Amino acid sequence: MQKITTEQLIEKAAELMNEGKVASVLGWEKGEFGYDVTPGIFGSVDELKAKFVYGDFSAANLSKYLVKKTEMVQGQALVFLKTERKILIFLKPCDSYSFNQLLTEHRFDREKVYAVGVQCDGMVDIEKVKKIAGDGLLSVDTSGNDVVVKTLYNGDMKIAKADVLAERCVNCKSKKHVAYDELLGETGEVIDSNRFDEVERIEKMTPDERFAFWQNELSKCIRCNACRDACPACTCEKCVFDNPKSGVENKSPANSFEEKLFHIIRAYHVAGRCTDCGECSRVCPQNIPLHLLNRKFIKDINEFYGDYQAGAEVGSRAPLVDYTVNDVEPGEVFDRGDENA
Amino acid sequence: MRKIALENIDMLFSAISDKMSLFLPVDQNDGKAAYTKWEEGKKWSCALNTVKSPKDFFFPQTEDMMEFKVDGKNIEVIDTRKASEDFVVFGVRACDVRAFDILDRVFLTDPCDSYYATKREHGIIVSLACTRPSETCFCTAFGIDPSNPKADVSAWKTEKELYMQSNTEKGEKLLKVLADVTDEADEEKVNEQKEQISSIMKRLPLAGLDTSEFGGGKTDEFFHSPAWDELSETCLGCGTCTFVCPTCQCYDIKDFNTGKGIIRYRCWDSCMYSEFTRMAHGNNRNSQKERFRQRFMHKLVYYPENNEGIFGCVGCGRCLSRCPISMNIVKVMKALGGKENE
Repeated sequence: MQKITTEQLIEKAAELMNEGKVASVLGWEKGEFGYDVTPGIFGSVDELKAKFVYGDFSAANLSKYLVKKTEMVQGQALVFLKTERKILIFLKPCDSYSFNQLLTEHRFDREKVYAVGVQCDGMVDIEKVKKIAGDGLLSVDTSGNDVVVKTLYNGDMKIAKADVLAERCVNCKSKKHVAYDELLGETGEVIDSNRFDEVERIEKMTPDERFAFWQNELSKCIRCNACRDACPACTCEKCVFDNPKSGVENKSPANSFEEKLFHIIRAYHVAGRCTDCGECSRVCPQNIPLHLLNRKFIKDINEFYGDYQAGAEVGSRAPLVDYTVNDVEPGEVFDRGDENA
Repeated sequence: MRKIALENIDMLFSAISDKMSLFLPVDQNDGKAAYTKWEEGKKWSCALNTVKSPKDFFFPQTEDMMEFKVDGKNIEVIDTRKASEDFVVFGVRACDVRAFDILDRVFLTDPCDSYYATKREHGIIVSLACTRPSETCFCTAFGIDPSNPKADVSAWKTEKELYMQSNTEKGEKLLKVLADVTDEADEEKVNEQKEQISSIMKRLPLAGLDTSEFGGGKTDEFFHSPAWDELSETCLGCGTCTFVCPTCQCYDIKDFNTGKGIIRYRCWDSCMYSEFTRMAHGNNRNSQKERFRQRFMHKLVYYPENNEGIFGCVGCGRCLSRCPISMNIVKVMKALGGKENE
């Protein structure tokens, strides 16, 4: 499979801009060290040429930005104020699931968006690179299937990309783009991944072990809300945790009970809507494997109601909000909980 | 100057913890270091720095301030402050040591914050010179010397030994306690290390970051800069940068209703949050751009304006490595027109 390059994406975006099809581009912007890529909005071809990048660190899922970017202001979307042209978004396969899920929930206006699906070869986790190469990275580049790093203390190094792939990419659930207006590079298939292995491992723990596992993980939480703010399923206009009138608003975990509840409540709230994009764990400054909570829900939903993938198509009814006579009886769920206990 | 062989370092930790609580960076299960209370078996981390800064020791993320008990028409006010005991924070890097100075200027200036002051009085800081700074480090831009950290006791870790030098009365007292497990030492090895570190600092990617464009009196120059729009455009509005920051000092005071009364506590606040400084008339920073701008203007302009030119950033690099969208103060400085030294 041939790699898709930054230049190809810039060329495509420039073409659409010059044709007058799109007014701005939602993409990724170069950083200081090669790996610190920032989501960016590009308004001109010059800007694209100067700053746009697509590569192993274009990890951020951009779909959620469409909520704000196509927002209506007095009846007109922001990007429509000056022009009738659309906003261009680049979607990796997993981003396209979030894109569809947001559409299912009527969170942005599809008419104002031009989506280009881009081939994804997996994203690199810089923490994994640092574990091998050490600190003091002067540059990080990709060459074929290798990540090439120049370091201050350990010289130059070539690391197999497969060894430093992000967890969510190691367990990639799909290389298939489920939404796009046009494609750059190849699209793939849904993958029968091992993403539930870790969930199974935790299910097999005794209740005490499981409690200790989550206690240890969640006690690291600093309540920065990054998981929530990056989550494409978290698009409430006013989160209950930010609303002083809700009675549960809090800026810090007041105690260990509260810090656990925040994550559990969030997991429940996105259950059936979470596409398993993995942004929550990627952005967590404390490396809490938050995606495992969501995967547990996905696994349970699959087992109770048949396989369901949020975002696989627009308008699908999530099992938890779609009553059918074949639905599992609450008693069965209860019994199963007992078995796992 | 005193020294101890690294192979005997546990003797040093044990000697300290016999007298008082000792906190030092210990690797967690994810390989990241966090300040942890030392006890037999805990291993001092080799990590450059902790994810969370040590500001927690003096300005905890949440802290009870007082309690009100309501009984009919009587309200009892209970002082929840506990008597503080001496404690040692060990292995604090030069950037974080400077951060204490920045917090001191806020909390110890009249009216002095007694909650902070008590902990500060009882805390003894042992700093540690950096030997392998990261690409995200830029403390030298703020005049900090990572080879010569301040604090009550300065320490240097060489290949085989730990060297310690006291700088304050508190530090001197601590080294006296440790006299039995340490030996007198000369400065040769330490000076050697200092030179090594300075040569590494010059090779760091951010070594040329220049702060001279910023400082007090520059509010008008930067406040209306068009650069803020683009810089803040994709900010998620989470609090990561502010919560891992060793100098962010904003807090909120809240009442928790216990049913029988109120626990009044304070907790860290973040200028990135939509509820930040919300008051009766509403919010004075309604957009993410305004909130984003507040954070960087505070560090680069407002703080130095009120504090003799000292910047509110110490270049520890935590926001560089932790921000979910990799936006940070370095990118802001460069976009606002901060030059790079040749």
